[in-house]
Amino acid sequence: MIDRDSPVTEDELHAYIDGELPADRKEAIANWLADHPEQAALVASWRAQAEGIRARYGAVGEEPVPERLKLEQVLNHDRKNGRSWAATAAAAAIVAFVLGGGTGWVARGASAGAPTGFDVIASEALDAYKLYVVEVRHPVEVPGSERAHMTQWLSKRLGEDLRIPDLQAIGLKLVGGRLLPGPTGAAAFYMYESPSGERFTIYCAKAGVPQTAMRYTSEEQFAAFYWVDDKIAYVVSGPADRERLESVTKSVYEQIDKSAAKKS
Amino acid sequence: MGTFRQNVEATIPALRRYARALTRDADIADDLVQDTLVRALRSEHLFHGGDVRSWLYTILTNLNRNRLRSLARRPTLSPIEDNDAPDLAGPEAGGRDIERALATLVEDQRNALLLVVLEGLSYREVAEVQGVPIGTVMSRLARARVQIKSYLDGERPALRRVK
Repeated sequence: MIDRDSPVTEDELHAYIDGELPADRKEAIANWLADHPEQAALVASWRAQAEGIRARYGAVGEEPVPERLKLEQVLNHDRKNGRSWAATAAAAAIVAFVLGGGTGWVARGASAGAPTGFDVIASEALDAYKLYVVEVRHPVEVPGSERAHMTQWLSKRLGEDLRIPDLQAIGLKLVGGRLLPGPTGAAAFYMYESPSGERFTIYCAKAGVPQTAMRYTSEEQFAAFYWVDDKIAYVVSGPADRERLESVTKSVYEQIDKSAAKKS
Repeated sequence: MGTFRQNVEATIPALRRYARALTRDADIADDLVQDTLVRALRSEHLFHGGDVRSWLYTILTNLNRNRLRSLARRPTLSPIEDNDAPDLAGPEAGGRDIERALATLVEDQRNALLLVVLEGLSYREVAEVQGVPIGTVMSRLARARVQIKSYLDGERPALRRVK
């Protein structure tokens, strides 16, 4: 749509109308548009869309907030319901999964039937990944510097001897970990980060089966390898780059396998 | 603590607006806002700083995704368009057109467009909400705009029709 030789890119035109450009560049583009009626018309049409959307929905933001959405009400209602939030959140996640199915699983056609508990764990793990991986300041509860303490704490909560893999050798630093509610009780969640800010997570929870083969699932942006070893389900999640994730998973698997060997 | 709740409270009108545009249904939208608030308040102890508003948008966006997934499994539930009904004249017609145009968007594109255009979030904030790089946000926006334009220009793609 934009001439190849043109100094103005289409991305810039979007940034221009969305107020994402510095003032001087903004002015340059305004001038450029004056000489390019076709692009100016396009920009005008985008603006009209935005105005249409605001005209249609903007007023909702001016309405008085209905009683049931007032914070006081929400708090009271929630207290009356009485269930622990962890149980509710876990139940909600399972229901959402059973009803909807993770797109990844369905797209792969792995199983058209009801998901197994194992799949639910993987889905929970991927949800946790998506939730916390974007967290800049507080991605974890316990920092990676307290590895020994974290190992002890999470092992106790899960009732299993856990080992937190050391991935320094492949350039991944342990950011830290947290305890999460999982479909089978407590789940442990560790996050690792590369120097470029890529994040990977490992999710561990008790599984209903002793052992499974390794499986892979992917969504548009994220992917995971998951398996059960010695009655613990492991889910390694990361950006959707299968080769990279596979090599990370391999390191994780080797270390977990080693620790299992030591135990026996 | 007080500030956290005050910030949440101050964002409720905006969450309702975003939810309404996402769902195009007043009741479903307010349910979604309610669920978002419940979840946010329960997780208050997990929130130690940062932008409350972006966090709330993130929760709402994710809850809506779960909702859409569960709808996708129920094939009978798609009375989205009364496509054969003649468009109203006057300002209402424009509103309904934009509403239908939004309905034809892929979910991630719709989220990105509404967060930028209706909620006034920066590309950076949207990237955080969607958990993707800024470049992905920009391409979602661009694709959303192309799709809406072609819809409004009359090349209406065959909508998912349910007999």
